[in-house]
Amino acid sequence: MEGETLVRVRNLRTYLYANGRCNKAVNDVSFDVRAGRTLCVVGESGCGKSVTAASIMQLLPPLARIESGEIAYRSAEGELRLDRLPRNGRAMRSLRGRDLGMIFQDPMTALNPVYSIGFQIRESLRYHTRLGAPARRAKAIELLADMGIPLPAQRSGEYPHQLSGGMRQRAMIAMAMACEPKVLIADEPTTALDVTVQAQVFDLMERLKRERGTAIMLITHDMGVVAELADEVVVMYMGNVVESGTVREVLKSPAHPYTRALLGSIPLLGRGRSQRLEPIRGSTPDPFDRPPGCQFAPRCPRQEPACDAGLPPEVEVSAAHRVRCLFAKEGRDGR
Amino acid sequence: MAAEAPLVSIRGLELGYPVRSGLFKRVVGSVRAVAGVDLDIRRGETLGLVGESGCGKTSLGKAMLQLERPTGGEVLLDCGGARRDLCRMRQGELREARRRMQIVFQDPYSSLNPAFTIYGSLEDAMRRYGLATRAERRRRLGELLEAVNMRPEHMDRYPSEFSGGQRQRIGIARALSADPELVVCDEAVSALDVSIRAQVLNLLLKLKAERGLTYLFISHDLSVVEYVSDRIAVMYLGRIVELAGTEELYSNPLHPYTRALLSAIPIADPDRARRRIVLEGDVPSPVDPPPGCPFHPRCPDRVEECSRVPPALRTHMIKGEAHAAACHLAKE
Repeated sequence: MEGETLVRVRNLRTYLYANGRCNKAVNDVSFDVRAGRTLCVVGESGCGKSVTAASIMQLLPPLARIESGEIAYRSAEGELRLDRLPRNGRAMRSLRGRDLGMIFQDPMTALNPVYSIGFQIRESLRYHTRLGAPARRAKAIELLADMGIPLPAQRSGEYPHQLSGGMRQRAMIAMAMACEPKVLIADEPTTALDVTVQAQVFDLMERLKRERGTAIMLITHDMGVVAELADEVVVMYMGNVVESGTVREVLKSPAHPYTRALLGSIPLLGRGRSQRLEPIRGSTPDPFDRPPGCQFAPRCPRQEPACDAGLPPEVEVSAAHRVRCLFAKEGRDGR
Repeated sequence: MAAEAPLVSIRGLELGYPVRSGLFKRVVGSVRAVAGVDLDIRRGETLGLVGESGCGKTSLGKAMLQLERPTGGEVLLDCGGARRDLCRMRQGELREARRRMQIVFQDPYSSLNPAFTIYGSLEDAMRRYGLATRAERRRRLGELLEAVNMRPEHMDRYPSEFSGGQRQRIGIARALSADPELVVCDEAVSALDVSIRAQVLNLLLKLKAERGLTYLFISHDLSVVEYVSDRIAVMYLGRIVELAGTEELYSNPLHPYTRALLSAIPIADPDRARRRIVLEGDVPSPVDPPPGCPFHPRCPDRVEECSRVPPALRTHMIKGEAHAAACHLAKE
């Protein structure tokens, strides 16, 4: 059933409130997460990518609210509207961990330091499955072995501080995969890791996708990671999806000035000093004092007065490629 | 090129931290964060220093500047023809030598004192070294801020009023305020967002061209290092395992660790999907490094000799260029 849409997000708006002010962190975001595919959500800090993931998992901070839009999950029993479920109700609790797995950025804060790794993996097995204690114990060790952790039986009795960063991250993936979720949401899973360990984690995620048909939603700020792992890409800037499509379409013929500028500002390995980096001018706007129309307009080389009139509509450049820019069609130069 | 003496020559540099344990905190061993490093920094070049976390690249930078006193070896600074060892200098002499060597830190948030205005942070070095009169300092700092693409009136504001990219530019201005010859950039762009990173990288290149600076550019990001460096040194467990010109290193890596590192970097181009060399296991603990070659437990090409004999950093001449690698299997 590869390609089946498991999570459908439509026109999602999630606002954060602080000091009587409102930050429209996620503003009209739509995408699909599909079985056996990897969707990469890429953007810089503050673009709303983590808030989007937290909205799906209903793990938003207390002063955040899903204002409108829908998040639908296709479960075995039919379609469920996640945004309508009570945050910590029975239904949501039984989905988290069993159907929807999550990997967090920093394993040191996401793992509980006073429980052993094995205990934390067994916790979700105890809650979500009917396995007995010996079976849970065996399953936890098997999961750690699957993740390529040496001496899994011994490691399962150890505490997070006894493990290296890469091993902690793998233990957390083991936790997320314990009940074989259909959807895995990974929020910058390798940002804190070295490149050689990052390569190990990516190998693991590719295997999950291939062997179990897991739908993966990977949040990252690294275009290189996108090129290596993604099937589809969503580029976010200041709460909007500015461009989305298949990896090849988006990276090879970016149509939004932000995507183009982002790709032009990263050095590519192997090009050395012959390449010229074109920095994006200015910096990201204050989220409480946003530009009136297109969020990228003040930094955009192609800016015109029409850009400030309102958020540009999404246009289709091709069947698998959508862009939120007034000049999307003319701007394509195949670079 | 070869005739000119290097600006800094590091010889057999060692930096160890004691490991304490037990009730009385007895010293039970030591971590060799920098384990016998030889390195020349040539005048006017950018030397890139790459490696994964814990490999000792920051320790090497700090030991070189004497921010951490090395436990062995020497750091020779070219002082008008004479070569002076920084490790044996007295405090007063060292202070003078330090004016010529400055550092830009990684974290733009913790490296500026929040209670000082930008002027307060920046004029410190000038005042201590008596580089200018009070009135002149303001003017010179104004020029310096303009050189890093900020406005002179920013001088009287506090760090909290600036974004990460702006603070990093202020950090660069501070390093330049003492008019140094060598600037150590310790992960200077790693904490910045992608769109800001290019601004700071281009600024560093511009300043180098204008002022004839020499950089030691420390980073874990090989694509960034490749963009700025003339030569690159790769570190692993406190040792330099490979040193070559930038193009040569990327096109012809001799050490298996460098090869794995290069293959592990994701490239933002879907047409260049490559075969990743996935290393087994993690970086070993520097408290208890493996015998022989420090990389051999993870090396895909290891032979029996690797677990016994530590390989020396040998220099090969390839296309008339020096290319050094510490590997038994490295051949021209």
